[in-house]
Amino acid sequence: MTIELILLGLMLLAAVWTVMTVRLLLSVIGLALVSALVSVLMYRLNAPYAAVFELSVCAGLISVIFFVAVSFTKRLTDADVRTLRKERIKKTVWLPLLMAGLGLMLAKTLAPPVLEAPAQGQTDVRTVLWGLRHLDLFGQIIVLLAGAFGVVAFFKDKKK
Amino acid sequence: MPSLLILIPLLCLLLFNLPWRKVGERVAFWAAFVFLTAQMAASAARFFRARYLLTDPLSGILFFRLAGDGLTWILLFTVAMTAMTVLLAGRVFFQDERQKFLFNNLLCVSLIGMNGTALTTDLFSLYVFLEITSVSSFILIAIRKEKEALEGAFKYLILSTVATVLMLAAVGFFLLVAGGTSFAEIRMACIESGHPGFARLAAALFVGGLLIKAGVVPFHWWLPDAYGSAPAPVSILLAGIVTKATGVYGLARLTVSVLGRNPELQAALMLAGTVSIFAGALAAIGQRDFKRMLAYSSISQVGYIVLGIGCGTPLALAGAVFHLFNHAVFKTLLFVDAASVERRLGTTDMSRMGGLASRMPWTGWSSVVALLSTAGIPPLAGFWSKLVILVALWQAGAHAYAALALLGGILTLAYFLSMQRRVFFGKETPETAAVREADLGLVLPEIVLTALTVGIGLAFPFALRHVILPIQQLLW
Repeated sequence: MTIELILLGLMLLAAVWTVMTVRLLLSVIGLALVSALVSVLMYRLNAPYAAVFELSVCAGLISVIFFVAVSFTKRLTDADVRTLRKERIKKTVWLPLLMAGLGLMLAKTLAPPVLEAPAQGQTDVRTVLWGLRHLDLFGQIIVLLAGAFGVVAFFKDKKK
Repeated sequence: MPSLLILIPLLCLLLFNLPWRKVGERVAFWAAFVFLTAQMAASAARFFRARYLLTDPLSGILFFRLAGDGLTWILLFTVAMTAMTVLLAGRVFFQDERQKFLFNNLLCVSLIGMNGTALTTDLFSLYVFLEITSVSSFILIAIRKEKEALEGAFKYLILSTVATVLMLAAVGFFLLVAGGTSFAEIRMACIESGHPGFARLAAALFVGGLLIKAGVVPFHWWLPDAYGSAPAPVSILLAGIVTKATGVYGLARLTVSVLGRNPELQAALMLAGTVSIFAGALAAIGQRDFKRMLAYSSISQVGYIVLGIGCGTPLALAGAVFHLFNHAVFKTLLFVDAASVERRLGTTDMSRMGGLASRMPWTGWSSVVALLSTAGIPPLAGFWSKLVILVALWQAGAHAYAALALLGGILTLAYFLSMQRRVFFGKETPETAAVREADLGLVLPEIVLTALTVGIGLAFPFALRHVILPIQQLLW
């Protein structure tokens, strides 16, 4: 339990850093770190397949795509970074207070988390995907199709 | 066979885009036209045969379960009706063949998403289909890659992502509490769970996500930008059905199939609905842009539906669903009118309009019918649905809410009369002097939707007996 709490705390710190840093590259690294910590948590919570997906897709593939996108942008000057950092801190100074308030409220409202995860056999990703969630797999195909149409709409220009 | 309403559009998408693309470009419009006509006919037939809780005979072969009740068939009919209007408007607005084909493809994806939303019996699948509809909407809004449209799509994307996070977290909590995500399992867990706090939190999170999707105040700020900046046919789709299918229908379905009566949630919904009625109406009064004014009007009208769902009595729920349908009809009609004006004038700035009713009589007079129905003037359809909601509120003892809802109708009339004076009546401007009536692809939906608004109003006793009152039986 202690290790999970430490991991959750680290994840929260990495997430805050991702949002607060003004350099896009550092933000991408922060996001990858969040995903890596989530995958460790998933592994420790008996979900190894989900952990592998999280690590390979979210921490790996998506980070690579973000790195490529960031490489097309112009680097900020140090003066810009200082100005943006000040602005961002001013705008988000209320955020830790809100999060602490929400955390306290939830801790008071909810009973201690003693809920048990379903039995191991049912949570196997193969059983879930191919045995229980056909309709959602079907939905996944349609989302992929929509993504393909999005790429055509935004990135495929007509030849002049 | 409900599953065909998802499988046929998907099959068409795959066939027309992969092996026979050239053929697909030529026949996509007509294939969609035939399919939507069939969907309208099938869902209308379900009403009149008064059969509810139909299951899918194909479910044994397909390994997934889809089912429909009265609420489902109303949404399916509304989806088909609005999508047909959008299809016709798209033919007028998109001249480039490739862009027209892309638009039809994305409309088809959106249709699959909305049909799936109507037919699913599982909360996680509901989330998946809501996302399909939203993803296609982001792309459709920005399809022309114009700066304002990209900004509108971006705002919608950001808010929608927040909704996604809330709904996914809710599904996670429900899974822990109920051990599954089907409506029936969650419903049982809500009654019998030893962790009522988790169930309440999950319900609140999911409802929060749906309120964002529905554009209810205070989660509304993406909506005017998205509606205002999207190409005209996409605005019709968003205002006519997307926000209703993704947000409002989700709320109604959650109430009917999962949560039942929940006093805390109902109180929150009634408050959000009433605030939306007034905030939307007051913001609409100050608008100069035709489409943005209609967008704020949508926020206000969705407020009535949310107020009805929040009231929670069977009659209020029936009134809310009836208003959902009526609002889809008259808001689609108003956005088609706006599209007609935009097509002829090249602008939606109301200060550059005036006297258009004499130049565009079908558009002008259909907008008069739509405005009267929106404001709740008898005997049009909008009057009856608002009346049912008001009566239900009064019977439930929510007298203050009933009075406020009545007051909201007066505000609606005020901003619509101002719009009529500025756009269709009033003095002609040099720009409007040479304008002629809109294309047939826009006038035809205007006539059909006007006839529907008047027809449902006149045939209210029939609609009440066969469609509206049976919805009361769905609430547990």
